[in-house]
Amino acid sequence: MPKKLTSLLSILTLFFFSNLAFASESSEGEQTHGGAVDTQEEITAYIKHHLQDSHDFTLFTLGESGKHIGFPLPVILWDDGLHVFMSSKFHHGTTVAESKGNHYAIYHGKIYRTNAEGELNFDEHHHPTNVRPLDISITKNVVGMLFAGFLLIYLFGSLAKSYTKKSIPTGVGRVLEPLVIYVRDEMARPNIGDKYYERYMPFLLTAFFYIWILNLLGLTPLGFNVTGNIAVTVCLALFTFIIVQFSGKKDYWKHIFWMPGVPIPMKIILMPIEILGMLTKPFALLIRLFANITAGHFVVMSLIALSITMKATFGPVAATGMSLALALFITVIELLVAFLQAYIFTMLSALFIGMAVEEHDHH
Amino acid sequence: MDQLLNDFSPGLFFMQAFIFLILLLLLAKFAWKPIIQSLKIREESIQDALDSAEKAKEEMAQLKADNEKLLDEARQQRDAILQDAREVANGIREEAKNDATKQTDKMIADAKTAIEVEKQAAMAEVRTLVAELSLQVAEKLLKRKLDDEGAQKELISDFIKDVKLN
Repeated sequence: MPKKLTSLLSILTLFFFSNLAFASESSEGEQTHGGAVDTQEEITAYIKHHLQDSHDFTLFTLGESGKHIGFPLPVILWDDGLHVFMSSKFHHGTTVAESKGNHYAIYHGKIYRTNAEGELNFDEHHHPTNVRPLDISITKNVVGMLFAGFLLIYLFGSLAKSYTKKSIPTGVGRVLEPLVIYVRDEMARPNIGDKYYERYMPFLLTAFFYIWILNLLGLTPLGFNVTGNIAVTVCLALFTFIIVQFSGKKDYWKHIFWMPGVPIPMKIILMPIEILGMLTKPFALLIRLFANITAGHFVVMSLIALSITMKATFGPVAATGMSLALALFITVIELLVAFLQAYIFTMLSALFIGMAVEEHDHH
Repeated sequence: MDQLLNDFSPGLFFMQAFIFLILLLLLAKFAWKPIIQSLKIREESIQDALDSAEKAKEEMAQLKADNEKLLDEARQQRDAILQDAREVANGIREEAKNDATKQTDKMIADAKTAIEVEKQAAMAEVRTLVAELSLQVAEKLLKRKLDDEGAQKELISDFIKDVKLN
């Protein structure tokens, strides 16, 4: 087991360094269609493109020819019936895909229904007005989620199984077990209380490890940005929100709608504030995770791009050296942030649940 | 904000909700429940082991105290027995001494009695002897009466001297 782990680690390290190498040399794909990324606008577009979800799994793009190295992913659309085809049909956004008589085109990572020529109509804000079918494709982010899911099931399934043989786990389980205990003893128990904490353990543990693994996955050169995607964080925060509302005890609702211990006019004033507070809590969760991870990716990529933007000022060697040193430094910090954001999300979820199940005996 | 809303993909949201829910259910059933349960069981067994060790320690101490007490009692008993034995021995010695004294006294008394008896017997014999001698003297005197007055007196004094010597 330890051997396996070290080989896994070395592969990850390899990926990490290859990421830096690729990123500083590779060039933009879908939007600029080949050519080196040289100007500030191109770099910004490249970073923006990376932060978004993608229908292709592009590892890197060959600079001059603009050839994309990677593999296509299945596209699944719901548009008066199921449309399933591979994203290679779009040819990286250059052609229109035809499925069951409908035509679809990709514009800025989103799929629109078009006519056979792929024409898009724009409104005054430069947003296409074409119909957007429900896109439940296996996008790059979904691949990341599935990967994290299978990894979690494999790791913790084996940890669970190891207890049937021995009461002390060996190998990677020895690392995971303290983390499970950490979530239980430092997040769930103190915030939710001994009486109810066990009921929320599955959610808290799943959220913690899922977010952490996806955050770490975002630091690999595979270029996932799952937890930096607003749809993902909205969904995760919505889970917390729903769980909090459903575990709310009498005291919780009383504190929202009819705050005890204050005069009646205050009760009426406090009601909308408390209702707003009910919504801002998960909102803070989703924005915090989204913003931290997105900012992390943005900073790392901008620092890598320094090797290009500073080339004119400092020369290629100094610019690349500086960019590598800074990117390495920030990536190490991002490793910490990856854990910290998973911790904060879980911790605050536990805190909100704890506030909902709390019973005030002093009133 | 407009950018954020524009970036929001309902499809991805749906996929995330679906995957997360499935993951939550699968992990809850196959991982979290057995892990939490095993941890709980292990922690309880550790607590039990510690408790029983503590109990064993207490029992050990109790046992040691008991042993000490028992040993003390035994020591006391031994001392008491020794004391008794000494007393008995002393008694016996005293008695033996007394007995011996008595015996000696008795023997001395017996010896004295015997001596007295012997003395009496000897005296009686002497008296008989003196009487006989007196008779013999008287007989000789009577025989010699006819011969010499002087010799008579001398003889008597000789006899008396003899008697005195006896």
